Amino acid sequence: MFAVLLPGIGSAVAVTVYVILLLAVESQAAIAGLLVAGVIAVLAAARFGGMARIGRSFAERENAMNLVIILAVLAVTGFFYEDHFILLLMATVIIYVIACLGLNLQFGYAGVLNFAGAAFFGVGCYTAAVLTKNTAMPHLLILVAGGVMAAVIGSLLILPVLRTRSHYSAVVTIAFALLFKIFLEVNDTLGGPQGLPVDGMNVLGWEFNDDIEIGEDFEIAFYVNYIVVGLIVLALAFTFVRRLERSWVGLNLDALRLDETAAACFGLNITRWKITAFTLGNFLTGVAGALYAMMLGFIAPTNFTFGDSLILVSIILLGGIGNPWGLVVATTILIILPEKLQVIQEYRFLLFGAMVILILLFRPEGLLPRPLRTYLPGWRPK
Amino acid sequence: MDVGLFAQYVMNGLMLGMMYALVAVGFTLFFGVLNVINFSHGDVLTVGAFTGLATYLGLSAIGVSWAPAQVVIVLLVATTCMAGLGAVIARYLVLPLKAAPALNTLLLTLMLGTVLREAVRLFYPLGANPQRFPPLLPTTAYSFGNFTLRVDSVMLLLAGLAVIVGIHLVINKTKLGLAIRAVAQDEETAKTMGINFTLIVLVTFAIGSGLAAFAGILHGLYYSEINFAMGLLLGVIGFSSAIVGGLGNIYGAIIGGFLFAALQTIGVLAMPFASAYKDVFAFGVIILIMAWRPTGLISEKISERV
Repeated sequence: MFAVLLPGIGSAVAVTVYVILLLAVESQAAIAGLLVAGVIAVLAAARFGGMARIGRSFAERENAMNLVIILAVLAVTGFFYEDHFILLLMATVIIYVIACLGLNLQFGYAGVLNFAGAAFFGVGCYTAAVLTKNTAMPHLLILVAGGVMAAVIGSLLILPVLRTRSHYSAVVTIAFALLFKIFLEVNDTLGGPQGLPVDGMNVLGWEFNDDIEIGEDFEIAFYVNYIVVGLIVLALAFTFVRRLERSWVGLNLDALRLDETAAACFGLNITRWKITAFTLGNFLTGVAGALYAMMLGFIAPTNFTFGDSLILVSIILLGGIGNPWGLVVATTILIILPEKLQVIQEYRFLLFGAMVILILLFRPEGLLPRPLRTYLPGWRPK
Repeated sequence: MDVGLFAQYVMNGLMLGMMYALVAVGFTLFFGVLNVINFSHGDVLTVGAFTGLATYLGLSAIGVSWAPAQVVIVLLVATTCMAGLGAVIARYLVLPLKAAPALNTLLLTLMLGTVLREAVRLFYPLGANPQRFPPLLPTTAYSFGNFTLRVDSVMLLLAGLAVIVGIHLVINKTKLGLAIRAVAQDEETAKTMGINFTLIVLVTFAIGSGLAAFAGILHGLYYSEINFAMGLLLGVIGFSSAIVGGLGNIYGAIIGGFLFAALQTIGVLAMPFASAYKDVFAFGVIILIMAWRPTGLISEKISERV
C-alpha cells in the first residue's frame, strides 16, 4: 500500500528542496547551473521509468498526494517567511494557477477558445478595486463578486461564441481582449491609464496587508496571508475542476471538444455545455483576478494586455492541455524563471514565444500530457 | 458639419481602409490555400516597415539621395525580404503543423508574432522607441477650405489601389492564380491535376507577406512614424476585417478592411464627445457582426463532414 506512495512523496520532497534552493540562490551562474541540473534530473528520471512511478503515485493516491503538495508549498513558504519578494512570487504563481484552471475548463475540456483570459482576470481585478473602495462588502464575498462579474461580462460574449466556430470564435475573444484594454485606458471613471488603488484584504478585522508580528523581533511578511488564502481558493478550485473532469459533465465536455457534430448526434446539448464551461471558466479567472488585485494594492490597464492573455494560453499549452497538474508546473516555470534569471528578464517574451513554438513543433502534447480518463479507480490498461 | 472637415475624415478613412484591406487580403489568401490563420502577419508588416527604414538609412549612407529611386528600392527590398520571410514561415513553421489541430497553428503563429515583435524591439537600434519614417514622396499640399489634400496621400492611395487591382488580376487571370484557387478549393484534386501543392503554398505566403510589407511602408509614409508594436493592432484589425468579410474571399477582405476603417471614422464623427472610444466601438461592432453572421458577411460555402 505504502509502496505506491513512496515515489510520489520522494519526488515532492526532492522538488521542494530544489525549489527552495532555486529561490534562495542569488548568483546567476548558480541559478543557471541549478536549472541545467534540474532538466538533467527530470530527463534521467523519465529515461529510467521514474516519471511513470511518480505518475502512478499521483493517479492512485490522489488525496494523499494533494496533501503532500500543500505541505510542500507551506514548507517553502515557511522557509522564506520574511522574504517579501519570493513570497510575492509564490502568491502570484498560486493566483495564476487558479486563473489558468478556469481557462483549462474552457480550452482543455470543452474546447471553447478564449484568448481574453487576461481581460476576464482584469474584470475580477477592477471589480475588487471598485468594491473595496466604494462599498463595505466583506472581502471574502468580493472574491466571489469578482468571479460573478467576470461570468456576467463573459455572458455578453456567449451568443457570438456559441454561433461561431474555430477561427471565427477566436476573433470574438481577441476583439474583446483588445476592446477591454482600450476601454480601461480611455475610461476616466475607472482610473484611465493610471489605474486604481485597491484596499488590502480584511477578514473579520484581520488586516492582510500588515506584517505578522510575533513577540519582539519575529516578523512574518504579509504575503503569507495571501498565500494561505490563495492556497485555500486553489484547493477548492482544483478539487472542483478535478471532480468536474471525472464526472459525467466532464465526459460530456470531452465529447464536445473531440467532435461537436458527433456529440450532437448522440444527443448532447452543445449549447448548454459550452455555456457551462465558458461561464465557470470565467468565474474562476475572475476570482483569481479579485484576489490578485487585493494583494497588489494597485492595478492598471497595462496588466491586462493581449500579450498577458497569450501568456495564460501558453501556460495551458506548455503544461499539457487539460491536465491541471501540468498547469501548476508550467505556471511555476513561466513566472519564476524570468524573475530569478535576471539575464533573461528583458528577453522573456521572446524566449517564451520561441519556447512555445518549439513545444508546438516537437512536443505538441505539452510537458505533462493529460492521462487517459480512468473510469474505475486503480484500473490500468493491461 | 463642415464639408471640408468631412472630406478630411473620408480621406483619412480611405487611407486606413486601404492598409487594413491589404493586411486582410494576406490573411484571406493564407486561409484559402491552407485553412490556417497566420497571426504573425501583422508583425511581418512591422518587420517589413523596419526593413524599409533600414534600407533607406543604408541608401542614404552610400549616397543615393534621389527620392524616386529611394522609394522604389525601399519598396523592392522590403517586399522581397518579407516575401522570403513569409515563405520560410510557411515552409518551416506552418506546413509541419498541417495535420495538427487548428488551435496549435493559431498559437504558433501568435507566438511567432511575439518573437518577431520582440526581436524588433530588442535588436533594432533603439527599437523600443518610435522611429521617424522619412517623407520620401512630394509633400506638396493643396487647401480647399478646411480640407487639405496632400499629394503624397493621393499617390499612396493610388498605389494601394494599383496593388489591389494587381492582386485581383494575378488571382483571376494568370495560371498561378488558377493554381492558387484550385488549391484553395480542393487540395487533393489540385494535387492529382499536377499542381505542386507545397510550391503554391509557399508562393501564396510570399505574396501575402509582400503585401504586408507594402502596407507597412504605406503606414510609415502616411504617418511618418513606425514603432515595434504597430503590427499587433494592424494584424488584429486585418484579421477581423478578413473574418467579417468571410475568410477565403478576397473581395470580402477588401470590403471588411474598408468597413472597419468606416466604423472607426463613424465612431469619431458620430460621437465627438467620446472619440477615444472609437476602437472600443469598432471592436464592439465586429463582435456584433460575428454574432449576426457567424461566418462573415460573404460566407464561405462549406458543408460539415463527420
